[in-house]
Amino acid sequence: MSQNPQNPAPGRARAARTVIQLDGVHKSFGDLHVLKDCELTVRSGEVAVLVGPSGSGKSTLLRCINQLEEPSAGRVLIDDVVQGYAPDPLPDGRWQKLTSAQIAAQRSRIGMVFQRFHLFPHLTALGNVMEAPVQVRGLPKAAAEKKARALLDRVGLADRADHYPSELSGGQQQRVAIARALAMDPELMLFDEPTSALDPELVSEVLTVLKDLAADGMTMVVVTHEMGFAREVADQVVFMDEGRILERGTPEQVIDHPESERLQGFLASVL
Amino acid sequence: MTITPNPAPSPSAPPPATERFTPIRAKAAPRPGTWVSAVIAALLVLGLIWFLVTNPVLEWGTVATYLLDVKVIQGVGWTLLLTVLSMVLGTVVALTAAIMRRSDNPVLRGVSWAYIFIFRGIPVYTQLVFWGLFTVIVPKIVIGVPFGPELLSFSTRDLLTAFWAAVIGLGLNEGAYLAEIIRSGLNSVDKGQTEASKALGMSNGKILRRIIVPQAMRVIVPPLGNETIGMLKTTSLVLAVPFTLDLTFATNGIANKLFTPIPLLIVAALWYLAITSVLMVGQHFLEKHFGRGFDDRTPATGRGRRSRQAAVNSAGTTPQNPLPEVEL
Repeated sequence: MSQNPQNPAPGRARAARTVIQLDGVHKSFGDLHVLKDCELTVRSGEVAVLVGPSGSGKSTLLRCINQLEEPSAGRVLIDDVVQGYAPDPLPDGRWQKLTSAQIAAQRSRIGMVFQRFHLFPHLTALGNVMEAPVQVRGLPKAAAEKKARALLDRVGLADRADHYPSELSGGQQQRVAIARALAMDPELMLFDEPTSALDPELVSEVLTVLKDLAADGMTMVVVTHEMGFAREVADQVVFMDEGRILERGTPEQVIDHPESERLQGFLASVL
Repeated sequence: MTITPNPAPSPSAPPPATERFTPIRAKAAPRPGTWVSAVIAALLVLGLIWFLVTNPVLEWGTVATYLLDVKVIQGVGWTLLLTVLSMVLGTVVALTAAIMRRSDNPVLRGVSWAYIFIFRGIPVYTQLVFWGLFTVIVPKIVIGVPFGPELLSFSTRDLLTAFWAAVIGLGLNEGAYLAEIIRSGLNSVDKGQTEASKALGMSNGKILRRIIVPQAMRVIVPPLGNETIGMLKTTSLVLAVPFTLDLTFATNGIANKLFTPIPLLIVAALWYLAITSVLMVGQHFLEKHFGRGFDDRTPATGRGRRSRQAAVNSAGTTPQNPLPEVEL
């Protein structure tokens, strides 16, 4: 599995369990058809990087995985479980939608990091990280705090635990957001352009955390424009254009030997 | 996995704040307008004081006698109680109505719209008269099976005293206004907050209670303070119920007995001003509480912009504003 000799994650080579599977996913907002027949398979411990020009549907595809968007057609499976609907169709062929509480339970196993952080501004860094374990999992406050402090330490922010987001730099805020997502012990992590809102010099501190997560064997889907990161960390690079997945493969195949003209043009503009 | 919490500043980083420098010796720019306006204002104030002291109609002796009269103090107490209770009722009703207004459920949205339409559209005086007559219109409340046996019944006369009629009347009217204020406050919270909470698996109720409402309060509290001060003065209408123990009724009663309306009006005005001052102090602390994490100028932690600037400096760069929605 691992395409990257510098990142020999334990167990990654034999991990073949499918974590994410997208089958024929379409999404349209009214007349706007933003995802067209997308297929994607991400296995346990794998890092999939989605690249493509803006408006190509990368973020929408990512948001379909944790049901922030509802696919118009097709299915999203996490660990072979259909997301958003009851496992089997009703006798009349329709699919039973899940309740919002059931959907929340499905989402709680998937961590997500946003381009613009979306930290809770009225809570400290520690409060941000503790919020979901206490409110969703019902973890006792003391245990949640211990865990949150350990996670903040892990992203290098132990000394910023009591600061509010407005008192942190962009890179620090994004690292708190990563710790907040990790606090739910997610099975996989989604990153929606995690460094796009950052100043160039703050990008590396966030990418370092992402690389460490990948090295620890976290299953990740990352939307990014950082080709260096994709080349170094990705097991699978997926190129999207106008709502379609045009090419996919190892970084060597996709970044170094692009087949389609669209991908060649895109790479010429970002590299 | 480890990364350095505070990367060492690069050589190009700004020098530390402790470096010595000679401050600019500056003389203020001339501002003649300030002096002209100060003189005009001083003359007007002097004239006003002269008028207040020398005008015999104001009867300051009577004002002093009745400022701390038992009836007046009791009136202040009742007025405060009416204000607080009706604002509490109004806020609870308004929060419910605002949340219903945002609901996916069309029935709840409709009920909320109808409540706001009716209670905002009828003058509060009319509503107070209505609540005063409620016991006549609805003498008995019966709980039971429709068209079937009665399980429980109460006489409204025993339950709805003039005081509670006044509280309900004022509270329900206020709730209709506050509902719109709270709704706009809830809408002011960035949609990304809801998405981030959903992504963490939080339920809709928890998202509202833990994430949206605390942030909306920052926007809601200033107009809420305004409405509370408005309510303080609206309580003077409760004689429509009729409820006859509030401050305005008490001072009017004394004035009618003595045939001296003017000094008693001054007594009432002074007390309303005093209560308003106290309410403003309360509002200040509420704003400070709900502004924590938001305001760079007066952060609850006393750190704010300086801390973020320090964090930015330690990273060796100057970011563009990364969270524009936080800086209002």
